Amino acid sequence: MPESTTNLDLSQKSARVELMSGVAEEPGSAKPDPMLTVDNITRHFGGITAVDVTHLEVQRGIITALIGPNGAGKTTFFNLITGFDKPSPGASWTFDGQGISKTSASRVARAGMVRTFQLTKALNRMTVLDNMMLGAPGQRGERLLSSWLQPLWSRQEKDIEDKALSLLERFKLLEKKDDFAGSLSGGQRKLLEMARALMTDPKMIMLDEPMAGVNPALTQSLLGHVESLRDEGMTVLFVEHDMHVVRHISDWVVVMAEGKVVAEGTAKNVMAQQAVVDAYLGAHHDTDLGDDALLEDENFAAIEAEAQQESEGRS
Amino acid sequence: MGLRWLALLFVGLILAVPTAAHAEDEPCRASAEQGCLTGTLDTGEEKLEGVDVLITPVDDKGAPKVGAEPTTVTTDETGRWSFPFTEAGRYQVEIVEDSLPDGVEALPSENKLLKGPGNSVVVNGQLGGLASGQPVILGIRSEDYQADSSDWDYFLQSSVNGLRLGLLLALASIGLSLIYGTTGLSNFAHAELLTMGGFTGYILVQNVGLPLWPAVALVTVICGAFGWVQDRGLWQPLRRRGLGIIQLMIVTIGMSLALQYVFQLIDTETIRVVTGIPESVDIGPVGITYQSIIAMVIATVLLIAVGFVLLRTRIGQATRAVADNPALAAASGIDVDRVIRLVWTVAAAFAGLAGVLYALVVNGVKWDSGLQILLLLFAAVTLGGLGTAFGALLGSLIIGYVVEVSPVFGMPSDFKYATALVILILLLLVRPQGLLGRPERIG
Amino acid sequence: MVFNRKKTETDTPAAVAEDEVAAQGVTADISETAAAVTAAAGGEAGGPLLSSRTREMFGYVAWGLGALIVLIMLLAFVGVDLGWPTRVGDNMLDQALDPQTAAVAVAVIGLNIHFGYTGLLNMGQAGFMLLGAYGFAISIVEGVPLLFAVVIGLLASALFAVVLGVPTLKLRGDYLAIVTISAAEIVRYVGRATTFNEHTGGPQGIEGQDFRGPVTDLSFFGTGNFDIGSLDYILTGANSWWMRAVAWAVVLLSVGVVYLLVRSPWGRLLRGVREDEDAIRSLGKNVFAIKMQALVLGGLFGAVAGMLFVLPSSVVPDSMGRTLTFYCWTALLLGGAATVFGPVLGSILFFVVRILVTGIADNTVPDSVLNTQQAGQFGWIVIGVSLMLLVIFRPQGVLGDKRELRFNA
Repeated sequence: MPESTTNLDLSQKSARVELMSGVAEEPGSAKPDPMLTVDNITRHFGGITAVDVTHLEVQRGIITALIGPNGAGKTTFFNLITGFDKPSPGASWTFDGQGISKTSASRVARAGMVRTFQLTKALNRMTVLDNMMLGAPGQRGERLLSSWLQPLWSRQEKDIEDKALSLLERFKLLEKKDDFAGSLSGGQRKLLEMARALMTDPKMIMLDEPMAGVNPALTQSLLGHVESLRDEGMTVLFVEHDMHVVRHISDWVVVMAEGKVVAEGTAKNVMAQQAVVDAYLGAHHDTDLGDDALLEDENFAAIEAEAQQESEGRS
Repeated sequence: MGLRWLALLFVGLILAVPTAAHAEDEPCRASAEQGCLTGTLDTGEEKLEGVDVLITPVDDKGAPKVGAEPTTVTTDETGRWSFPFTEAGRYQVEIVEDSLPDGVEALPSENKLLKGPGNSVVVNGQLGGLASGQPVILGIRSEDYQADSSDWDYFLQSSVNGLRLGLLLALASIGLSLIYGTTGLSNFAHAELLTMGGFTGYILVQNVGLPLWPAVALVTVICGAFGWVQDRGLWQPLRRRGLGIIQLMIVTIGMSLALQYVFQLIDTETIRVVTGIPESVDIGPVGITYQSIIAMVIATVLLIAVGFVLLRTRIGQATRAVADNPALAAASGIDVDRVIRLVWTVAAAFAGLAGVLYALVVNGVKWDSGLQILLLLFAAVTLGGLGTAFGALLGSLIIGYVVEVSPVFGMPSDFKYATALVILILLLLVRPQGLLGRPERIG
Repeated sequence: MVFNRKKTETDTPAAVAEDEVAAQGVTADISETAAAVTAAAGGEAGGPLLSSRTREMFGYVAWGLGALIVLIMLLAFVGVDLGWPTRVGDNMLDQALDPQTAAVAVAVIGLNIHFGYTGLLNMGQAGFMLLGAYGFAISIVEGVPLLFAVVIGLLASALFAVVLGVPTLKLRGDYLAIVTISAAEIVRYVGRATTFNEHTGGPQGIEGQDFRGPVTDLSFFGTGNFDIGSLDYILTGANSWWMRAVAWAVVLLSVGVVYLLVRSPWGRLLRGVREDEDAIRSLGKNVFAIKMQALVLGGLFGAVAGMLFVLPSSVVPDSMGRTLTFYCWTALLLGGAATVFGPVLGSILFFVVRILVTGIADNTVPDSVLNTQQAGQFGWIVIGVSLMLLVIFRPQGVLGDKRELRFNA
């Protein structure tokens, strides 16, 4: 349990409930021990304001879900705080007491905040093991000058490999270690990406739709993994659409709509708030919200593939 | 051109006809048994024909070799001379001053490694080597080279030339930019369409015997058809097959290479659509040919037409929508393939037209002119903002102008093309999205 | 209330903007580059362009061609006289061992680091070569000792890489392509400009004999001729066994260095950047620095290649223009990008096949249709078309990994 200022054992549900019980269920509420604090972050695309968050704190050591209808700016928000996008001037945010507003994406990751991507970024033409080993920080062999002298890095390499193998075992990918990552299924790639992120020894992990395109069996194990991360003391912030998932594992929920944080609270309470109902109905008023067929893995994979194709066509 | 101060250089690649040619008649070609020395005499305003060049085999100390005869070769109507030899060794090459036309003088070599006695150059003749032969620079210049012109006149004249080049570049680069915008492809074979325009014009006028302007119109149609065929036969199937942008780009490089040598099969020399001195008119200190004026008018009219189409018509809006976001455009019912086909056709037609006009009024075109023009086009579209039609227009005008005017401000004219590229690199440092591009596009 | 994760009918502008950022990444994304080229002939996306039988047939033809090349060269080597095929074979053999072929192989090895492993689109490798050659040759002419002259050539090229990399490596891949091709042309313009005639020799360049001395002086081969089979060269001099030994030794050394590098964690990092920059960035790696290292290192190989290229002949700027860059690309894709030996095999094949095609065209087609010079041009047309076909149908080249073909980027 690293550096939590509370004396609670957050792997116990009761402890987490107790921790958050004193927190006001309103946008921008103060947390007992925030890992991440964000102020005045805005981002415009043309005339559209994609993100406009005045204040948000993310509690250390628990799972926080970030939900909201499509176009609410969740992914853009992720991109902004992890350094993959630049906000309008005036924004500031701190991670674990350290200001990281002006920091590049790679430095943010090195500071201990690691993210995954909505469209999984497995390195397709590299083996699963190579994917994993890339995640390890501070590798001597990654320095150009020492890279061609194997003795300088072979021992560290062995340690990294052991760590990678044990993580792969935990994520049930061990027998795939020599396959190209591109040959994995969508769900396996999500697992790989998460495992790879863990190779960096993060303090906080940010998962962008970790369950999207994953079949139901894998969803269960993914959920298990996310919970065990928390139980090991990691802070988790994740974007998710599936409310079953959100209710099941999150300790706190932040709701975004049209770029703003419109509500915060526990999963049970937040869905009842009027602002949340408005936000979702506003975006989905012509959609059948009960269409469970869309949750079928095949359909979803097709949709995702389509989205991916579109985005590639554009890039 | 009112100004004549430039000393002379050079020679590009010379490739020509088989072995055993007579020096005076045909340029020679290097082989394992034969070497060639070759050069072109050009004052910058005219190619000097009938000038004698004296070539003397010399030993390592520069003294004439015993028993070896000096040879005199004479420049042909393109100002070129060449000298075949079968024995490797040092040769002293010198212009026979008496054979120079009045008002032109020879200069000593600026290269201390090559400088021979007087105005001569001593080179090391090798067998084989460059198939094209070894170029030899002989310096010449007009004696009255600073006499009758002022800097101001020079500036005005260069500005007009710059505008002319800019307009022609714009004609070609709008297509390049639209192709990039709609398909994401950097077409490295785009400038070959210009060369093709020039060559087609040359064939239609010189071989078929068509009058000039109908030929120009026909060139436009032919090149447009070629663009249509390219998209139908190559690019569309490849897009459907899901080839990556980079793969497609390398395909265009292969195509550019293949086309260049097809042009070389047709002619290895610089070709001009019409020969003879075109009629010109003096407007104040600026001299300009009627052909140039017509070319500039055509380019201006077409550019305005393109702007009108893009802004005011349905198909233009569709094109801009596709350039902006193909997926969204397709989703909103636009036939993306049709738009891209049209873009290819128009782009190729305009490039061909620009090519024939370029060949007519600028420098003529050679089989490998494409790449020099391509660099200017790339510089222009990147400067304006990749994928934006109006950016390409603006970028082209700037690049054309800078290229022609930079010598006025002391840039050695050898470097005038380099200026454009330096501007490009500097711009990328401060504003990578280009003048009219949106920042989002660069990521 | 049930919320689901349906995401199709939400084309609100904000959603579009959000997706665009997510998909494109905000910084440069050239992940598709080499990856796309090393992939894709499988053609899952649009269905294969050729049936598997046609494909198989092409395979046989390719193997047949390879066998034919080796056979002709062997026959020529042992001196079996079959008329023109032997002469063509002689030329092919000579070209295969030529020091300039070795030079191009080294340049392609550098390009492979750029493109094959890192996905950088360097369209100006000839510029790196030319700078290396000038740095080296001018230094020697000015009396700088050999070792320092080599270092100066290397520094010139490294500086060039940094200057080009700084404005472009944070942008999308095609910017690097446009800037490198432009900058390489600038180098050539400057080289051939009469302004610096005193140092560069303008378009005529610098004669080989003015800078070759220090290298031939190192020779311990002695003087005179040496022949083996049909190969007959002087031992020391411009077109000599010594030059061949030096050039191919450098090729071997380069292959060794690349072998060590790409198998190290650094090489893994390069491939990671090629596959997906953003993923690598999200793991805390400095992508810009990695790309810069790759660009400089590949450029250094380019500089060495330039020196080797000019040693047996002379520094002529026009012989190291964009066409040379394009040859390097063809050779790389022919041999197989992202493979250790691909560049060497590709370079040899490139020159040898061109001579074969030209030789066959010249000797079988009557002169009235295609004379010797036109046959040469025909050879280049074939090269251009092969480059197109290669990229479309066999992007992994001769040595590429077939396993990498099963999926698209």
